[in-house]
Amino acid sequence: MLSLHGLRALDRKLVRDLVRIWPQALAIALVLASGVATLILAIGAYRSLEETRRLYYAEYGFADVFASATRAPAALESRIAELPGVAIAEARITRHAILDLEGVTEPVTGLLQSLPDRARPLLNRPHIRLGRLPEAGAISEVAVNVAFADAHGLRIGDGFDAILNGKKRRLTIVGAVLSPEHIYAIGPGDLMPDYRRFAILWMSRTTLESVFDLDGAFDAVSLKLEPGAREAEVIARVDQLLSRYGGTGAYGRADQISHAFLDAELKQLAALARIIPPVFLLVSAFLLNMTLLRLIALEREQIGLIKALGYANAAIAAHYLKLVGVITVVGIAIGFALGTLFGQSLTRLYGKFFQFPFLVFEHDGDLYVVAATLTLAAAVAGALRAISTALALPPAVAMSPPAPQRYAHLPGEASALAAHLSQMTVMSLRNMVRFPMRSAMTGLGLSLSVGLLIVSLFAFDAVEAMIDATFFGSQRQDATLNFRDEQPVRITTDVSHLPGVLRVEPFRHVAARIRNGQISRRLTLTGRPDDTLLTRQLDLALAPVAVPETGILINRRLAEVLGVERGSLVELDILDGRRGTRMVRISDIIESYIGLVALMRMDQLNRLLEEGPVVSGVHIAYDRDREAALFRAIKATPRIASIEQQRHALSRFRATLAENIDMMTSIYIGLAVVVAFGVVYNSTRIQLSERARDLASLRVLGFHRREVSRVLFTELTLLALIAQPLGWIIGHWLAWLTIQSFSSDLYTTPFVINTATYAKASLVTIAATVASALTVHQRIAALDLVAVLKTRE
Amino acid sequence: MAEVVFQARGLTKVYRTGAVEVRALDGLDLDLFAGELVVLLGPSGSGKSTLLNILGGLDRATDGLCRFRDIDLVRLDDRGLTEFRRRYVGFVFQFYNLIPSLTARENVALVTEISEHPMRPEEALDLVGLSARADHFPAELSGGEQQRVAIARAIAKRPDVLLCDEPTGALDSHTGIRVLEAITAVNRELGTTTAIITHNAAIKDIAHRFCRFADGRIVETTSNQKRLAPAEVSW
Ligand SMILES: Nc1ncnc2c1ncn2[C@@H]1O[C@H](COP(=O)(O)OP(=O)(O)O)[C@@H](O)[C@H]1O
Ligand SMILES: [Mg+2]
Repeated sequence: MLSLHGLRALDRKLVRDLVRIWPQALAIALVLASGVATLILAIGAYRSLEETRRLYYAEYGFADVFASATRAPAALESRIAELPGVAIAEARITRHAILDLEGVTEPVTGLLQSLPDRARPLLNRPHIRLGRLPEAGAISEVAVNVAFADAHGLRIGDGFDAILNGKKRRLTIVGAVLSPEHIYAIGPGDLMPDYRRFAILWMSRTTLESVFDLDGAFDAVSLKLEPGAREAEVIARVDQLLSRYGGTGAYGRADQISHAFLDAELKQLAALARIIPPVFLLVSAFLLNMTLLRLIALEREQIGLIKALGYANAAIAAHYLKLVGVITVVGIAIGFALGTLFGQSLTRLYGKFFQFPFLVFEHDGDLYVVAATLTLAAAVAGALRAISTALALPPAVAMSPPAPQRYAHLPGEASALAAHLSQMTVMSLRNMVRFPMRSAMTGLGLSLSVGLLIVSLFAFDAVEAMIDATFFGSQRQDATLNFRDEQPVRITTDVSHLPGVLRVEPFRHVAARIRNGQISRRLTLTGRPDDTLLTRQLDLALAPVAVPETGILINRRLAEVLGVERGSLVELDILDGRRGTRMVRISDIIESYIGLVALMRMDQLNRLLEEGPVVSGVHIAYDRDREAALFRAIKATPRIASIEQQRHALSRFRATLAENIDMMTSIYIGLAVVVAFGVVYNSTRIQLSERARDLASLRVLGFHRREVSRVLFTELTLLALIAQPLGWIIGHWLAWLTIQSFSSDLYTTPFVINTATYAKASLVTIAATVASALTVHQRIAALDLVAVLKTRE
Repeated sequence: MAEVVFQARGLTKVYRTGAVEVRALDGLDLDLFAGELVVLLGPSGSGKSTLLNILGGLDRATDGLCRFRDIDLVRLDDRGLTEFRRRYVGFVFQFYNLIPSLTARENVALVTEISEHPMRPEEALDLVGLSARADHFPAELSGGEQQRVAIARAIAKRPDVLLCDEPTGALDSHTGIRVLEAITAVNRELGTTTAIITHNAAIKDIAHRFCRFADGRIVETTSNQKRLAPAEVSW
């Protein structure tokens, strides 16, 4: 029992009021808590992730600019370092290689990176989790990324084979490390990290120099810029220096895969924080308003009395504000707790998904202060209008009973249809029209709940549509083989003789920069023959189209970024070597959700590059039953630098995505249910309180409990039905906003919402509505018929 | 001798609130006969409403016997009592208890829709002299008019019994008379067994019989040799 002793009279009333309406107060507090929690969750995870990344980058010297070449003389390193704006330049060797692990049939693609021999790296320093880095000149020592070691259960001292420059070598693991360059380590052509099939290997520079015949040379360089340096200018100078040595165009962090993926994720979190919490704040403001209005209506006599006793308006306003304050503070407290908890699990989930050596949980007070202030402001805004009605009551009026509620005939009541309505239905309809604001807000609350569910569920639809278009529409190959260097076209015949290979389609890749005026993007320009079956180009309606004889095809995202359309001319800089700039015409826009795509006919591209018929790699389809034999053969083919396994990538993609979407979806569904339940519960409780007398009268007249409930629930059912289409519209719109925030140069998401998703959202909301209505239905049984009838309204 | 409609023997109702125990009815005996109009008198708190509520199936006795014809009211559960009220009982209360969102006619129709042999709502309103106000909402009617709508609603299903708890309690004398006239008209024309609670002793003269309550029992039962019309009663 609460001890009310020592409280001032009005405060004692406050405590009793709260005890009496606690379920309603709690429902409101939970909706408020949802708003606070989503805000803290999203912004908290955003800040934690950003701060973790910032610290990691700073402590481990993540570079600002990256460049690669075919073979640049070692002396060039210091010339790059002396360029204006460059603080540090560090040359290295990076190559792809196929790895062969005991007991693993599929070939693993490894990215080899050299470590300087004289000192520890200046840039992109690995964080040593276990063991140590390879010693200078050690031929067989290798450090591997932790995730790869974990995926295969590899330990220090274990070994595996690698096909280096065509020769199989035995490497021994001396360390397991993490690197700021590979927070999100994704293999060539993959959509999701797959640590079983993609590895990062660190080896001594001298070892790699001798293995790849690069003595006194390097093929990659990382730069740290001076503060205030202009990245674009540095990139232009580096490109100039490297162009003679097969430079493929330097790029900044924005084009660095790991960094870009993290950025996309951060952008999504920021969008989450902008889109979702306002919905909750709106709903809770409305709930507070509705509940307070009813409380004040019930207490008008008390308010009159209190005023007559000489309390000032300010005291009465303060009294109700305190009530709102208590509910809000409870909501904020629950929201803080949930937000912090969810925020940490989300950050941890990111910690699993992204490879960090440590996680910084940001719990800055200011975030909590902002969340609390916003929430209080919304709550007070909702309460003020209600409180002003209490203040407007003159003491004398407040002491006399309110005039009986005035009702009116409904428009169209005289119609034949209306004549068939039962009096119970007429009661519901008239009541709905009598309180249009409350009906509208209850309906809107339910609509918002439907909307929230649609945003949380449609992600599955969008991803399935993306998978469908990508893996079943345009990238239907089972695997892609990338060669070490350009190979003559006849290599396709060799590949077609590998065991199990059913079809081989060559392609040509070249690094390029595409430009329209000020806007430019770095990408891989693809050349394809015109008769491909495995890889296809899809037009905007997702129908296959041919690669035109002249001009290029670009995907929708790239067209939007460049601001060009079909028929526009764009500049194309080929970055491989010194091949200069050309104008090309965009012959059509195609749909591709992954990355930035620019495509042309392979023969035309080779002509453009002034090369004969050469290929960079091949897409293959193979017989699944002979996969093991094929993989063995691939491991033994020195010209293959890396393999992309689309077939395996797909299942991996689905699994990883499901894991991520699942968590967010469960949180969202929980929140949407809270909204639906809170709105319906409060609105029906208020109705029950207002109409207790009517309902008791009906019971006295001999109506059964179920019949009486129907009066309340006819109205609720109608509102819930009307709320559905509006909810679908809101959901559609929220989903569209979300899609916008999910789109980046790395991937875009198709805007697809299945009919089933609308249906599911409606079902969940209706279930929450029914559940909430049932709890109120119980109370109709408890109506004290006699007591109600003895009292005046 | 007319048929006994209600029979109560040793009827006891005890309210317990915490440690306090109130014997609202304390071994009450009563018979109500078909077609008669009975007035129940007595000081406030003497148990009149409690008795009426038990007879009408709104409440259940703690002990004793209470039969409506051959239905044992003490044995009925909530469903049974609801069904009982629906079929046999019409109530009129001090505070009318009309549904504010329904017009006079609709308030009556509410009941006729769920009854087996109802009269038309218009007919019922006519009986209480309110046909002209059929399409008005309660908020548009005076207190006396509202109470007459309540009576029309109570009798429209041709109930076997009409139970009125202080039907004139909230009305001035002139209006009260109109209401009592409506009740006696129903009793006379439909033969509905009627019980009226009042604390206005003068009203006893319109009844066939009146019973006086004290401390949860009936202490006096008198048959009127000569009945007065409501208009003749001085208030
Ligand atoms: N629900 C209840 N709880 C407790 N006591 C009650 C309740 N209803 C009536 N009483 C008590 O029972 C007694 C009889 O009440 P009631 O039948 O209403 O009297 P009357 O109608 O004759 O004025 C009174 O003392 C009253 O206080
Ligand atoms: Mg009474």
